[in-house]
Amino acid sequence: MLVKFTNYHRAQSLEDAHKTLQKDKSNTIVGGGLWLKLSRREVDTAVDLAGLDLDLIETTDKTIRIGAMTTLTQIEESDTLRQIASGILVEAVSEIMGRQLRNVATLGGSIIGRYGFSDCITPLLALDARLDFHERGIVSLQDFLTEKGKVDDILKAVVIDKTKAKGYFKKVKKTAHDFPILNVAVVKSEDGTRIAIGSRPAVATLAQAAMDHLAAATTIDKKTITQAARIAKESLKYSTNHRAGAEYRAHLAEVYTRRGLMEVNGLED
Amino acid sequence: MNINGRKRIFDIRPDELLADTLRRHDYTSVRKGCDTTSCGVCTILIDDEPVPSCAYLTVRAEGKKITTVEGIAEEAERLAGCFGDEGADQCGFCNPGIALSVHALKLSAKAPTEENIRHYLVGHLCRCSGYQSQVKAIRRYLGDTT
Repeated sequence: MLVKFTNYHRAQSLEDAHKTLQKDKSNTIVGGGLWLKLSRREVDTAVDLAGLDLDLIETTDKTIRIGAMTTLTQIEESDTLRQIASGILVEAVSEIMGRQLRNVATLGGSIIGRYGFSDCITPLLALDARLDFHERGIVSLQDFLTEKGKVDDILKAVVIDKTKAKGYFKKVKKTAHDFPILNVAVVKSEDGTRIAIGSRPAVATLAQAAMDHLAAATTIDKKTITQAARIAKESLKYSTNHRAGAEYRAHLAEVYTRRGLMEVNGLED
Repeated sequence: MNINGRKRIFDIRPDELLADTLRRHDYTSVRKGCDTTSCGVCTILIDDEPVPSCAYLTVRAEGKKITTVEGIAEEAERLAGCFGDEGADQCGFCNPGIALSVHALKLSAKAPTEENIRHYLVGHLCRCSGYQSQVKAIRRYLGDTT
């Protein structure tokens, strides 16, 4: 255990959790606790959200609300989420390490750290997810990812639309267990096409220039898609780390963006 | 908490992890390997689902049903026999975690397929067997007992 707590507090309500979080700068929320364990810091009070009914997947006419404490296994086994955009969120989650980890890891914990290697953030960004915070209210995931620093609010849920969309997700990895070298998600709905590329190795971002290219095209054919994939490669920054080089990542981004766009448009690659 | 059918009460630190608590109280089948939730040797069952005890706060286990290999001893022995027959282990360090995941699989699926077995084995690192023989052994074991 690298992180050390002096106190553990099981919150009785969201307000209680929020107040406790504000009491000391070092205080922190416990999600699944997996990454928290590995952080080297001393915490006065760890605030546990278990028991606040934040582990539910709820649907309305137009949206699906996934509680921040929902485990990755719950997502993996959700028939509701399997119906959304070809089930890309379910697919992405089911490839994350082993079942033991997915039984403990929470969706909120996976998002709040803005981890570059996250396989949850990329499909959610393509699905235009919104984050529902206790104090701030609704914030788009896209905006949240551009913010820096510690989050002093409590994430209650992730909200996505119940759209009839086609989706594609690809995680490039070396072994079943591994973090992604790169991941790509594409969602095509009646509102247009969204492309998210993650683990570059920076946190996922939209390939906005490629999306604009597609939005401006009068016809979506193989040529347009090939151009959009090239733009996705050239308009985003890719870096090198111990998993892969920048050039390789950029190449993968182009290849899998093209394949994703072909698939969601029903075209043969 | 209820461990292997027996109610236990422990004094713990706020930041204590379940693997440490269990080992301190002589549940020594619970092993610590990578200590980063990557290798699977610390796997235990909480309410019949496998979890990495090296990353699970003990305080969160309050009131829950905990199962270690000591709690499924007969079943683990039969599985170990199948592992022996198929040449599926050498050092045996990963076996308790795998035995618990196989037990969880049995509880969750009436007729587990090979795909189900492989799905549950992800997250268990073994540096002796290469996994093929383990899959064979688990299929043999499940065929014998389900």
